[in-house]
Amino acid sequence: MNPRKFLNPWVLFGAAALLTAGVLDNDYYLTLINFIGIHALLVVGLNLLMGYGGQISLGHAAFFGLGSYTSGILTATYGVNPWLALLAGLVVCGVTAFLIGVPALKLRGYYLAMATLGFGIIVYIFFTEAHKLTGGPSGLAGIPSLSIGGFKLDTPKRLYLLIWPVLGVILALSANLVDSRTGRALRALHEGETAAQSLGVNTAKLKLLIFIWSALYASLAGSLYAHTLNFIAPSSFGFMFSIKLVTMVVLGGMASIWGSLLGAAVLTVLPEILTMFHDYEVIIFGAILMVVMIFLPRGLVRGLKDLWEFRRYKKEGGIIG
Amino acid sequence: MLAITDQPLLELKEISLAFGGLQALDGVSFTVAPGTVQAVIGPNGAGKTTLFNLITGFLSPQSGRVVFQGEEIQGQPPHQVARLGIARTFQLVQLFDYMTVLENVMVGRHRLSRAGLLAGALRLPWTSQEEVSIRERALEELQFVGLADRAHQPAAALPLGLKRLLEIARALAAEPTLLLLDEPASGLDAVETERLQEMILALRERGLTILLVEHDMGLTMEVADQIAVLNYGQLIATGPPREVQKNPEVIAAYLGTDWQT
Repeated sequence: MNPRKFLNPWVLFGAAALLTAGVLDNDYYLTLINFIGIHALLVVGLNLLMGYGGQISLGHAAFFGLGSYTSGILTATYGVNPWLALLAGLVVCGVTAFLIGVPALKLRGYYLAMATLGFGIIVYIFFTEAHKLTGGPSGLAGIPSLSIGGFKLDTPKRLYLLIWPVLGVILALSANLVDSRTGRALRALHEGETAAQSLGVNTAKLKLLIFIWSALYASLAGSLYAHTLNFIAPSSFGFMFSIKLVTMVVLGGMASIWGSLLGAAVLTVLPEILTMFHDYEVIIFGAILMVVMIFLPRGLVRGLKDLWEFRRYKKEGGIIG
Repeated sequence: MLAITDQPLLELKEISLAFGGLQALDGVSFTVAPGTVQAVIGPNGAGKTTLFNLITGFLSPQSGRVVFQGEEIQGQPPHQVARLGIARTFQLVQLFDYMTVLENVMVGRHRLSRAGLLAGALRLPWTSQEEVSIRERALEELQFVGLADRAHQPAAALPLGLKRLLEIARALAAEPTLLLLDEPASGLDAVETERLQEMILALRERGLTILLVEHDMGLTMEVADQIAVLNYGQLIATGPPREVQKNPEVIAAYLGTDWQT
């Protein structure tokens, strides 16, 4: 059998995930990995909207927050079953995305960016000001952990066993999607809306659908986040986090499913490593981003692939010396 | 010679549209019989592309009607018009540059397939079958235009001549009843133009109705059954190529009237 067949990203993903589960027993690292997983959920959703569909959103953290707070409030304040609360979060985010998407997606480019930015800010202010509901700026505590049939998911290891399989499923769904009829229509919308329409693609409906779809990913991530930390505060869902998500998409690679994972991983781990530089942390962080984007403008995954192919080309005696 | 049925496939009735003070189209009426090649010619700015945009729903007429297969379609959005079986190409080629040649044509199958977002994400068994048939039909169209060996290249990598062919293949994949070609020969060399001519005639053999905007008079005269001539938004002549060629008004529109006196 062809050994290359086993070298596909899915096998590597599964193997790495299993290995991590088996070997790693350090709470700090597992927690970090869980956050990578949660961020990757957000980023892959945003990448479907932005990288594949070409519709920018600068308010994606709002959906993350809505999912998070719906789960948090329903479970901590009203004692609802966490799984039902998670479903409720999906409904809240889906409906909100629909209501926001109908008017906002009529806009393009910078205007859409502005509208989603405004939406993000409004939701953030709602989280800080609706004290009775959200606990205000000091946050919402006492969110219970998830449990599966009496098995409480309250350690990083146990959460890992939930978050990463969920991420695996979502990545698979997303990879299927982009390689399907709707996925092609989505990419067509990005590259030539007029031409897509001329072939029967209802672009307005498609934009709305993918906006809602990516909001659902964010809601799922938000619920998992709330039950992972058992505490949430508005500061996690502000404008800066929306920007960070966009950065993860671009750094990993627009229109790349694996790029989403890599982008989320790098931008989750990097700040942790850079804490040793204390005050210079942000400067170094910015510099790394700049260097990567200057030399690998297509993002990490494609950029590294290009480099690899270029090296092989040179080895095989290409004309570029 | 031509079997012209009672009901035209496409009928334009008194179409008018002005952009501000510019009367782009002024009471234009003509019909396209099924199974024919109808050309629309006229000097630059005569309103030809505007006419195409009106038929395909990218513009709405201020007055007048567009009737396709007996149904009024003016004012419907483009994707709706496309779903009725009208496909088009663009004067400035509009491909999906970073998708492969094959994927471009596969998008053409959109109106004839139905896998939605959820079905596609879950890859339900029936969608896999649909994907196979989409791929096969798309490959057939690529073979027809002679691009099958380039199926897996990005569309952006093709030279202009082949891009035009790809755009035609993509439109054909939608199995249209009416195909609108907007200056398909522009940017093509002599050999490519000849191939295009053969292709248009082959499509007519298939029973396709074609509406063609073209500046290449040689090609137009060879393939058109009927020609409509526009000048400053007005229809100044219709008829078979030979008649139109001799029409003094048409000659005046192209060459000016001064040369006679």
